[in-house]
Amino acid sequence: MRLSDLPRRIAAIVERVEERTPNDPIARRLRELGFVHGEPVEVMAAGPVGAEPLLVQVGFTRFALRRSEAERVRVVPEAA
Amino acid sequence: MSAEATTLRVALVGNPNCGKTALFNLLTGSRQKVANYAGVTVERKEGRFQGASGRSYALLDLPGAYSLHAASLDEAITRDLCRGFLPGEPVPDVLVCVVDATNLRLHLRFVLELRELGRPMIVAVNMADAARRRGIGIDLAALEHSLGVPVVETVAVRRDGARALIASLDALAHAPRAPTAHLADASEAAMHSETRRLLAAAVTMPRRTAEIDDTLDRWLLHPVIGLVALAAVMFLMFQAVFSWATPLQDGVAAGIAWLGQQAAALLPQGPLHSLVVDGVFAGVGTVVEFLPQILILFLFILALEESGYLPRAAFLLDRVMFKAGLSGRSFIPLLSSFACAVPGIMATRSIQDPRDRLATILVAPLMTCSARLPVYTLLIGAFIPRHQVAGVFNLQGLVLFALYLAGIVSALAVAWVMKRWRRDRSEHALLLELPSYRMPHPRDLAIGLWERARIFLRRVGGIILALTVLLWFLASFPAPPADATLPAIDYSLAGRIGHAMQHVFAPVGFNWQICVALVPGMAAREVAVSSLATVYALAAGTNDTAAAAQLSPILHAQWSLATALSLLVWYIYAPQCLSTLAIIRRETHSWKQVGIATGYLFALAYGASLVTYQIAVALGAG
Repeated sequence: MRLSDLPRRIAAIVERVEERTPNDPIARRLRELGFVHGEPVEVMAAGPVGAEPLLVQVGFTRFALRRSEAERVRVVPEAA
Repeated sequence: MSAEATTLRVALVGNPNCGKTALFNLLTGSRQKVANYAGVTVERKEGRFQGASGRSYALLDLPGAYSLHAASLDEAITRDLCRGFLPGEPVPDVLVCVVDATNLRLHLRFVLELRELGRPMIVAVNMADAARRRGIGIDLAALEHSLGVPVVETVAVRRDGARALIASLDALAHAPRAPTAHLADASEAAMHSETRRLLAAAVTMPRRTAEIDDTLDRWLLHPVIGLVALAAVMFLMFQAVFSWATPLQDGVAAGIAWLGQQAAALLPQGPLHSLVVDGVFAGVGTVVEFLPQILILFLFILALEESGYLPRAAFLLDRVMFKAGLSGRSFIPLLSSFACAVPGIMATRSIQDPRDRLATILVAPLMTCSARLPVYTLLIGAFIPRHQVAGVFNLQGLVLFALYLAGIVSALAVAWVMKRWRRDRSEHALLLELPSYRMPHPRDLAIGLWERARIFLRRVGGIILALTVLLWFLASFPAPPADATLPAIDYSLAGRIGHAMQHVFAPVGFNWQICVALVPGMAAREVAVSSLATVYALAAGTNDTAAAAQLSPILHAQWSLATALSLLVWYIYAPQCLSTLAIIRRETHSWKQVGIATGYLFALAYGASLVTYQIAVALGAG
């Protein structure tokens, strides 16, 4: 599942970050910010217009990600 | 040479939002020097302090960075400086890597990356008090052992909060040593798994986030309540600028008037008397009066920045700004541009995407900077009645708000047109961190405010004073002929320039006095007010010191409402600020962009003023 499709307030685990282009700088930055295999993530909120951007909790930090950025992150929802 | 005699160069480095600058302020207090790195406009903050041993340190506050793989100009400076590749900057003797004790998962990864540089370093676990309050336990000894570098605790908001750091620096200065551990494999995956190992070994955490952040974000990022709160914050800010500053302004004005009278009494009648009274006091005094307003505006922006609210505002506005061809990240530079476009344009360095950055730079001058406030306040005070609207709002405040709003709407429209023009379909990144909410510390606010007040006063002292004096000369010479029938200023150089320009500006309702004021207003917008004061003081006769203090009623008597409205609208767009054009040139390295900015702003200013004036005249306000 993509992070952009993850329902709000559902705990999930990052699987990997996909590259859109070779050496995708956005994918690299996502990994540096902690979107790496095994890391817990959760979508906490969404922006007021068009449900964008997404407020994503990863590690101890919150980031605002646009949907196109969140689409790069593959996640697995945690078993309820 | 004894080791104690040399000054040790220390660099503070860390992620954005780690409290680095607060720590810098604590260590160096007011002994700071703010400049730019050679050749670029990244702010370089250096300060000095002494250790307990008497050794002196030169401390550099590096721009915040997430990684040494730089994604912005700021991060590139940090990368090059840490590696010693920045021309003219020696490599620091010690790196102090500042981490937020409540955000170690993110910040320790950067520590590991920096450790691979192999330079002497200390890890400062900052905001240790906030971590304790949240029940986060950090075993410093275990962390130090695993990292192989000294680890100390700091609390930047407490007076003795850096004692352990200073002691550690003294020890390291005495016996410099490189990190004793490093990664066998410095890949991204290896750094993250090492970070997790460090956390498991040294950190206990009851929950991943602060409860207060969760609660505040639930309300402040709410699609409806969040937007209402944002509008309320902005509205409060502008009402405060207009109403709270009034008593302070009256005080400053009274002080300047008193000084002017003292000077007038001391000096004999003649050109020097006129220069001091009509030139310096009438001109510069009118501008200094606006210092309280500018400081209140800066105080609001600083407090919002320190509290962590600004990135939330960026979150709420990102979609709208993205549609318009900007980015949520543009919000912070644009908000700073309300104080002054120069620091605002400099702050665009934090926008990684070059196209978003260029669009933000080009529309930043549309944000109503504090230099326009003197013009607005003068005209609103003279022409808009002080009515109460709906019982609570003051009509003058509402007009001011509308002027600000017009600037914002125009900026979005211009950015949208530019986006269409470029026909750009490629991706723009946001990736914005929303840090924990924090109570702004009075010391950090005071230092920030002092820095900005100093910049403003230096401008008044330098450019504005020089221009005011120049204008006084232009407006005083040549002297009128003996059989003069008109006021003296009509015969002066300034009068002739004004009359010549009036041919162009008559359709927008500007009289020749305004035209005269527009010329020096090109160097700095607020000079327009002091220029008007000088022109009218001289026009009223050289002995009339009251003219400068009474500019507002003079304008009210001599201008039509249509002219006043036209000038107000002109200043929404007015491109005439040489510092802004100079900074655009420096930030974009392109005269073409300077030309585009000047051209479109002038066209908008002229067009909008023309429409305003003609409509107002048609409605009978001419």
